[in-house]
Amino acid sequence: MFAATLWIIAAAGLLVSLGKSREKTRAALLFFVRSFSSLAPSILAIIWTIGFILTFLPSGLILNTIGRDSGIAGIVIAAVFGSVVLMPAFIAFPLAASFLRQGADIRAIAAFVTTLVMVGILTAPLEVKFFGKRFALWRNSLSFVLALVIAFVMGILLK
Amino acid sequence: MKSKAGFVILALLTAATALVYAIRADKALSILVVSKDYLLEMLSILPPVLILCGLFDAWVPKQTVERLMRESSGAKGAFVALLLGTVAMGPLYAAFPIGRSLLKKGASLFNIAVFLCVWASIKIPMILFEIKFLGVRFALLRLALTIPAILIISGLLKLAVPASSGPRPSTGE
Repeated sequence: MFAATLWIIAAAGLLVSLGKSREKTRAALLFFVRSFSSLAPSILAIIWTIGFILTFLPSGLILNTIGRDSGIAGIVIAAVFGSVVLMPAFIAFPLAASFLRQGADIRAIAAFVTTLVMVGILTAPLEVKFFGKRFALWRNSLSFVLALVIAFVMGILLK
Repeated sequence: MKSKAGFVILALLTAATALVYAIRADKALSILVVSKDYLLEMLSILPPVLILCGLFDAWVPKQTVERLMRESSGAKGAFVALLLGTVAMGPLYAAFPIGRSLLKKGASLFNIAVFLCVWASIKIPMILFEIKFLGVRFALLRLALTIPAILIISGLLKLAVPASSGPRPSTGE
């Protein structure tokens, strides 16, 4: 239903755009084709890798590491994982959803998603180059801590 | 470049799946079924999101965006940067050069930190994906908590990084 709504909005947008300018609508469609075809191989590769992971991951592993009984340790593990991995967020959401279905703690999922986008260990050297060591260090560590706070608050509110 | 690497990885995955099929056919099948389900879910939402991004890109060209950022300064500049951060595509590191040019234009550390964090975490296309996969309550609650978190991070950052020892661009240009 949500997907259908998006399709309708996109189609309506295209129609309105077409009514105003054929040229710009062409440009928009070109952008779509270009970004879709450049994203497609890596999306397919990541999804396929996820297929491997979910097939071979021992079923108890998720539950033991980031499951509902894993407590604070599980949340921190998820937050560290999100800080280290470089993965587009839109790929991470379905993965996070399947972890959730397998019994992951919602706080761990929130921590993972939040550090994934806000904390970047792998991109930290680049951030240092642009903004200096102190800035990068503080921005990343503060983001990490606040991600944990967000996770705990969500755990309370989504009970 | 990036998509070339993607193709190499796809070839490796094909080989790996074939290998698994030779040993445990059921596992290989499971890999393919899981991947297919994922792919279909992804395809149910990726095209319309990209079309909307394309429409935005066509009707609000990059030059307009850059001009707006250059011309507006102070609080207005931060607000513009904030708004642009929410619609822009791209990972966090894509925002670094923009952030630095804002810094050189005299934007405060606070504003830069807000801009980077917003760029990283609050993106309309990404929120759409999050709603689809993790649910509207999860996505909107996380969004509502992320905004004050960003302000806290940026405020503390301003205290922790003194302007004198603050970020100085290490390269000449």
